[in-house]
Amino acid sequence: MIDDDFTKALLEKNSFLSKRESIDCLTLDCPAEHLAGTTLSLRDEEGFELLVDLTAIDHGEDAELRFSVVLHFYSLIHRGYLRLHAPCLDNENPSITSISAVYPAANWHERETYDMFGIVFTGHPDLKRILMWDEYPYFPLRKEFPLAGIETPLPAADVVEVTKASVEPAPMMGGPFVSSSDGVMSDTEPRARDESWTEESEKPS
Amino acid sequence: MISDEVGYNGKVEGDVIVTKADAVINWIRKHSVWPMPMGLACCAIELMASAASRYDISRFGMEVMRFSPRQSDCMIVAGTVTYKMAEVVRRIYDQMGDPKWVVAMGACASTGGMYRSYAVMQGVDNIVPVDVYISGCPPRPEALLDAMMKLQDKIGQEPSVGNLRKPKAVSPR
Repeated sequence: MIDDDFTKALLEKNSFLSKRESIDCLTLDCPAEHLAGTTLSLRDEEGFELLVDLTAIDHGEDAELRFSVVLHFYSLIHRGYLRLHAPCLDNENPSITSISAVYPAANWHERETYDMFGIVFTGHPDLKRILMWDEYPYFPLRKEFPLAGIETPLPAADVVEVTKASVEPAPMMGGPFVSSSDGVMSDTEPRARDESWTEESEKPS
Repeated sequence: MISDEVGYNGKVEGDVIVTKADAVINWIRKHSVWPMPMGLACCAIELMASAASRYDISRFGMEVMRFSPRQSDCMIVAGTVTYKMAEVVRRIYDQMGDPKWVVAMGACASTGGMYRSYAVMQGVDNIVPVDVYISGCPPRPEALLDAMMKLQDKIGQEPSVGNLRKPKAVSPR
């Protein structure tokens, strides 16, 4: 477990870190400019050998700092998790330092975060999309992006010429396999949970 | 004198069998379907199960799964087709020699299934012409075998001679 003494010592050593409310593991706010240094000292001095996860949060278009990167570390010595929360300063073109030189495991996670949120990781050796194709014009996990998708041409021009296919918004009406996890069984059957949002009427804002 | 015999009479015709070219060609084709497993998701596991001893797809003469499109004539699309993968599926289909058939195995390949999402093509028939659709998520091996037998029936009814030099219609829409 990460004990209070360790937390206190860590916060004293790195005065720019601040504790953040969390229901599970120790969570620290880390300013973007200190992220690389902090991760390096976490790995080499504090014994957090593993980068478990790297992802991001879109706090919404109205948020003061819209995007923040979230990193989970695990220490085999402390036997506990530590979470870093680093806000990106620019809301229009968010970017943050890549930590893939410190934790090689971050390489693909940063590519995925870039793919889904459009956060640019400066210093990443090969920052390109990993799930969507290279020419895809949107960042699907941003709040303003609809789950159904937006009409877009497919990447291969010769295939499009023959098949006339394109990326089309998926039909959302009566979407199957949407179930609520609580209540009696007859209420938790898969059904369209939010039928007000279909291909015919837009998502309520 | 008018003979009331119909069909083949060995005394009259010798060692000759009279039939239609379509019937012979289709008979050959439908009993040697070489499937190509386009395994994209969990349906591919059921596809593997149907090739194993318990379900034994070789009973129907189609056990020769080839992983090269050049050596196969029936693409079994088993799984979720994402938009990123769609191009690859189409290219592999284009590399198969005629005559060729496509089986859309499972809900995802048929309609997009439970993936109502920006990333998933809502049915592989958007890019390749599908001959047989299989329901199920994933379908049981029996369902695949049933579909393959239906495909055999379909092959048996095709006008093969007329199509010999004609490529199949490509546009699904």
